[in-house]
Amino acid sequence: MSGVLNILFVGVGGQGAILASKILSHVALSKGWDVKLSEIHGMAQRGGSVVTQVRMGEKVYSPTIEQGEVDIFVAFERLEAYRWAHMLREDGKAIVNDQAIAPLTVLIGAAKYPETILDDLTKCMKNLVIAPALDLAREAGNAKATNVVLMGLLAATMDIPLEKWIEALEAKVPAKLLEVNKKAFMAGYEFAQQQA
Amino acid sequence: MTLKALLTGNEAIARGAYEYGISVAAAYPGTPSTEILENISKYPEIYSQWSPNEKVALEVGVGASIAGARTLVAMKHVGVNVAADPLFTVAYSGVRGGLVLVSADDPGMHSSQNEQDNRHYAPFAKIPMLEPSDSQEAKDMVKLALEISETFDTPVLLRITTRIAHSQSLVELGEPMERVVKPYEKDAKKYVMIPAHGRTRRVFIEERDAKLAAFSEQVSVNFTEMNDPSFGLITSGVSYQYVKEAFPTASILRLAMTHPIPKQKITDFASKVDTLFVVEELEPYLETQIKALGIKVIGKELLPPYGELSVALLQNKLGAYLNISAPVAATSEQEATSEAVIPFSAPVRPPVMCPGCPHRGVFYVIKQLKLVVSGDIGCYTLGTMPPLEAMDTCICMGASISGALGMEKANPELAGRLVAVIGDSTFMHSGVTGLMDIVYNKSAATVIILDNSITAMTGHQYHPGTGKTLMNEDAPKVDFVALAKSLGIRRAVEVDAFDLERVKEVIKEEVAAPEPSVIITRQPCALMLKGPSTPVVCTDCKSCRVCLRLGCPALSYDEAGQTVVVNGALCTGCNVCIQVCKFDALHKGGA
Ligand SMILES: Cc1ncc(C[n+]2csc(CCOP(=O)(O)OP(=O)(O)O)c2C)c(N)n1
Ligand code: SF4
Ligand code: SF4
Repeated sequence: MSGVLNILFVGVGGQGAILASKILSHVALSKGWDVKLSEIHGMAQRGGSVVTQVRMGEKVYSPTIEQGEVDIFVAFERLEAYRWAHMLREDGKAIVNDQAIAPLTVLIGAAKYPETILDDLTKCMKNLVIAPALDLAREAGNAKATNVVLMGLLAATMDIPLEKWIEALEAKVPAKLLEVNKKAFMAGYEFAQQQA
Repeated sequence: MTLKALLTGNEAIARGAYEYGISVAAAYPGTPSTEILENISKYPEIYSQWSPNEKVALEVGVGASIAGARTLVAMKHVGVNVAADPLFTVAYSGVRGGLVLVSADDPGMHSSQNEQDNRHYAPFAKIPMLEPSDSQEAKDMVKLALEISETFDTPVLLRITTRIAHSQSLVELGEPMERVVKPYEKDAKKYVMIPAHGRTRRVFIEERDAKLAAFSEQVSVNFTEMNDPSFGLITSGVSYQYVKEAFPTASILRLAMTHPIPKQKITDFASKVDTLFVVEELEPYLETQIKALGIKVIGKELLPPYGELSVALLQNKLGAYLNISAPVAATSEQEATSEAVIPFSAPVRPPVMCPGCPHRGVFYVIKQLKLVVSGDIGCYTLGTMPPLEAMDTCICMGASISGALGMEKANPELAGRLVAVIGDSTFMHSGVTGLMDIVYNKSAATVIILDNSITAMTGHQYHPGTGKTLMNEDAPKVDFVALAKSLGIRRAVEVDAFDLERVKEVIKEEVAAPEPSVIITRQPCALMLKGPSTPVVCTDCKSCRVCLRLGCPALSYDEAGQTVVVNGALCTGCNVCIQVCKFDALHKGGA
């Protein structure tokens, strides 16, 4: 692992990967690590495929992660998990939100949304947690907190004390949404622990 | 303890502008440079502005520098083409307050129409260039650039790429220095570039270049890391990071002042290593200059002249050449290229026009009318993609209008079915002169200005037609109709972009008219809408699927239920689909 932890977020524009990466980097910085984060955000429109690469460790050089080098893979959407699955290293951990968002090609009938995604992923990913993150966020009180549910799942796979994560939420989430987001975070965290 | 923050390269440059005494900053937005000015505008100490285009932005910067202020101007790579005219002459006149031009290049074309390597502008315009390798250096090099600018009397090119602009890394935050504007002094021999003065400055440039070359030999940002002498790598920018990770024990000459290059330093380094590589993205810019020194160096024989580099790519290409196994276990078996191998076949997910986008209905009508569309750059360029597929050309900002004129003159038969389509920000940027040409040279072209009251594609910036400035002050709004009329357009009409029947009627009328006309379709960008929306509802769907031809992400067809369904969370209630349905299956919501 060359002393660097590689985390990849994949999802669809508008799913809140930016807040998620802010929370994660806040946690990493509080550990005193070097952090690099790379995000390609071209056009402002929603709906495109979005990839965020986060690298942390004693000393990080490249801001980007190579294929097959991801240690923790967090997919905010099923099809995006499928698209980027080859980035995960063999013994890496994967967290996949089971939510499906059809791309326009599918909506207009020009392509089919693959039906076997979750089965295929289960076959090729050794450490996979599939989570109903959208439902968990709704139960916590806000569907928009799906990203934070996924951060709860991520926290459960990482060796960082829970209070660091809560501190990060307090620093990065607007005050009036903090309670809902803490609930959402814990829902993800607890879901992951039940799976373990 | 020094305060550290995780900043993008763009945020770091803005921070540098704040800490190192910049008083004036100007830009026209363009990915990946836009956030530089957006972040500078958060410092009220700095006067910052959006200009209508890059040439104007640089001229504002030149004026500010001549008037004595430290100044920063930022743009995307193609923006420098637009600003090249003032750039090549301010290189002669030099500066009073330090002048930094940031060029943000886009290897891999994440969001650009070409992949030009703007490093070539530095020797072409004869100005020094700096290339940071991370955010800390991006901030530090604002300072260095200002010092070089003022010491050597020259504008300085600060060249970054997407991976520097949009990657975050740690930056130490410092206190801002005092902002001083030097008192104004007239100096016509320096700032009036008539030939007589220009010739004097031309000689000065050669002297300056020689001094800069000597400076490049000793500046600390050009440094050598001697290690294993069996092979050495010369590199710059983000490639330095890839090199450090791919070959931790290699000897490296890292160049950040890449014009003029430090020839002696390069020669010395070359003499100390057995095999020499140059690792640079895009053109063989350093390689050609190093080879011209008579030094044997390997570069583009192994590495591609396009796209981004990566750690795996270097390990595979250079590692194979050197017969060494990769020190970091990379993708081993499969040949790594900059394009990833995709094991599962997933339908593509390109960006699409938002639900409720005001461009959608206009393109739907244009497609129905089977018009030839001389297109332009903006969110509306997405109208090229299925299902709308309604754009024939897109070359550069502003080319829609002038291009339509050329098409019509070349092939008069096109006159009755040709429209130019341009966004409001693009029209302000470089559409007005084209429109003037259409009138002057007696074209009958129809120009459609898609006015969504914002520069949407780059993330919603104000422009002179919006009535707001970067520093969030109210400003006069350009009146497009009055402007068109003053240029000699007699037929200028405004229409509601969501009223498809009227849009169709107006386009048909104006395309048929034997003189030039301007149609302004109005509705704000859907992402600028505030407050709750009332989604449309679908009842009694006849499964004709005509509405799906709009390509609205809020509409889909449910095979099981044999009906179109509206995604209420996405629909903005623009009501365009209601007008397309022939069976009245779609209705206004909320009633
Ligand atoms: C010379 C140049 N500068 C900047 C850009 C980046 N850019 C592309 S389109 C665009 C403006 C789009 O605004 P508008 O015309 O209003 O269309 P909208 O996106 O709002 O539909 C910008 C800034 C570019 N491609 N070329
Ligand atoms: S950002 Fe605005 S202009 Fe661009 S696609 Fe979305 S609604 Fe249309
Ligand atoms: S009204 Fe129709 S076209 Fe407009 S956003 Fe809603 S579904 Fe899309």
